[in-house]
Amino acid sequence: MTFLRSLMRSKAGFVGFVVFALMVLFALVGPLFTPGYLPTDLNAVYLPPSLSHPLGTDSEGRDIAIQMINGGWSVILVGVVAAAISTFVAIVFGSLAAYLGRWVDSVIVTVTDIVLTIPQIVLLAVLASLYKLDSPWLLAVIIGAFSWPYLLRSVRAQVFSLKEREYVEAAQLLDLGTPRIVAREILPNMATFIMMNFVITMTNAIYALVGLYFLGLAPIVDDNWGAMLNKAWTRGAIFFSDSIFYVLAPVIAISILQLSLVTMTRSFEEILNPRLRES
Amino acid sequence: MTATETARPATRTAAMRRFAGRLSRMYVVRRVLKAILTVYFVATGTFFLVRLLPGNPVDVYINTQMSQYGVSYQEAASQAAGLFSFNPDRPLLEQYWEYLSGLVRGDMGQSLLAPGTSVLDIIFEYLPWTLFSVGLAELISFSLGITFGMLMAYWRESWLDHVLSLIGSLTQSIPNYLLAMLIVVFFGVQLEWLPIAEMRGAFSPGVTPNFSLDFFSDVMYHAGLPITVYVLTTIGGWMLVMKSSTVETLGEDYVTVARARGLTDGRIRSAYVGRNAVLPLFPQFATKLGFVVGGSILVEQVFQYQGIGYLLFQSVSRRDYPVLQGILLIVTVAVVVANLVSDLLYGRLDPRVSVSGKG
Repeated sequence: MTFLRSLMRSKAGFVGFVVFALMVLFALVGPLFTPGYLPTDLNAVYLPPSLSHPLGTDSEGRDIAIQMINGGWSVILVGVVAAAISTFVAIVFGSLAAYLGRWVDSVIVTVTDIVLTIPQIVLLAVLASLYKLDSPWLLAVIIGAFSWPYLLRSVRAQVFSLKEREYVEAAQLLDLGTPRIVAREILPNMATFIMMNFVITMTNAIYALVGLYFLGLAPIVDDNWGAMLNKAWTRGAIFFSDSIFYVLAPVIAISILQLSLVTMTRSFEEILNPRLRES
Repeated sequence: MTATETARPATRTAAMRRFAGRLSRMYVVRRVLKAILTVYFVATGTFFLVRLLPGNPVDVYINTQMSQYGVSYQEAASQAAGLFSFNPDRPLLEQYWEYLSGLVRGDMGQSLLAPGTSVLDIIFEYLPWTLFSVGLAELISFSLGITFGMLMAYWRESWLDHVLSLIGSLTQSIPNYLLAMLIVVFFGVQLEWLPIAEMRGAFSPGVTPNFSLDFFSDVMYHAGLPITVYVLTTIGGWMLVMKSSTVETLGEDYVTVARARGLTDGRIRSAYVGRNAVLPLFPQFATKLGFVVGGSILVEQVFQYQGIGYLLFQSVSRRDYPVLQGILLIVTVAVVVANLVSDLLYGRLDPRVSVSGKG
């Protein structure tokens, strides 16, 4: 388990990992114990926190705590799926570019530079205005489809240096075939590096996803944290001091999620750059 | 080219070919060509995005005109042609050519909501405010970030390093629009320290833009919150990158040699460590700029700051497609130009790169 061992290297990174794992667990297991559908209750609008409603209620009298438990899953899911898609694209095309070189490389590099330049969130907003992005899966695919360029560049650079190593040359002499050499000899050396970028891509995907929900560009079909933000904002909940929990709960949850991911990457950074290591 | 060469056409073409060859090998020329290619691809992409997919906005527009205002198809189609600079009856390739030649002339069609107003005019009304606030924020964030990063590297493992890196990763992790919301909720609504409603917009209503000190302070009053948010959310990244770059530079042989030569600490810090540590950060500057310009959509929406992000949101919610197309294109051009300038400047600043950059 190189992954776990890497995480243990830095205290902050390990804490980040534990917090993230707990959040995933809550988001997965929590909804099993809460009602999936919350009816509107106009007698309970904007109730302050109490024993029956630990975080109070929203403008429709629905329990905020339950919405929080039910609403984490789709945010995390989209982050993971988007990061998986973009990591896959980056690894396949990045290593192909470096390994095959010549025109394949220059085509891939040119396309990468172009996609890298287009401001992602602007493009997503325009896309969302043209098409109905109502499924979390579709959102994940679209966000993933535009977040690979950064990682691709790094993968390409890494493979360039790794393919000159002796053992890779030995594998080439044995005629093991390109896919096998890339998958078996080159990629394992980049595991930490790829993990780190996976996590960074996740934070960016979550940023974009919640942003789209917040702007109301992704149709609100369930109670996820992004949708809660949008409702809290558009219904003017921020202007009622009683409803502060409805705004703060998703803001804090998303921030903690992002913070745990960012601290996790610090651990990876310390492995890749040993001079940064805590003594 | 000399006079004797112009007199002989054969030699002249040979010389020109040689000149063209040398030109295409030049880094600057290739870099500029790449920038143009990027803009061309984005323009083409938006063209087909809007036209080739089911239920394209032009059809939607024509249909609503027909059903809601009882306009004939011909009339609606000709209106759409004027607004989108688009004519559905003509072959796609011809439309594409018309669209591109329109772009070259700066014609991006007209706004759907304010017919008669050109898209470019609308964009140029909003864009400067975003460039101003984002640009200034980036400069502040970069200079503060590299200063703190260097301090962190010099006093590694001290309380300063720990405190700064904690603040850095904390602010870096909070998405900028959430930080903006928190500021509005806490300082605007709960504590009532900031008159949020009054601080909306790029400048106070009734004020005409001019070059006076009063106007400038009014602009800063309105831009203050967005700038604070951009700085806080980007500074952590600069601090951490600068820290690791400085730590790396401190381990280089030439720093050890400089120490052995007995140079003063101040001289080593600025001429040897600082310069070499900060140079690799420059290319990231433009990339980050693009990210912040993109992120301005959300932040400007929270603060109701009338920049390009605010305009984008307005156009999305009102389905003003020509303006949307234009914004995507113009924002990309802005980022492309920023990248181009930074790449070209970087080649000048760091001789190590200008050589390898050609490869």
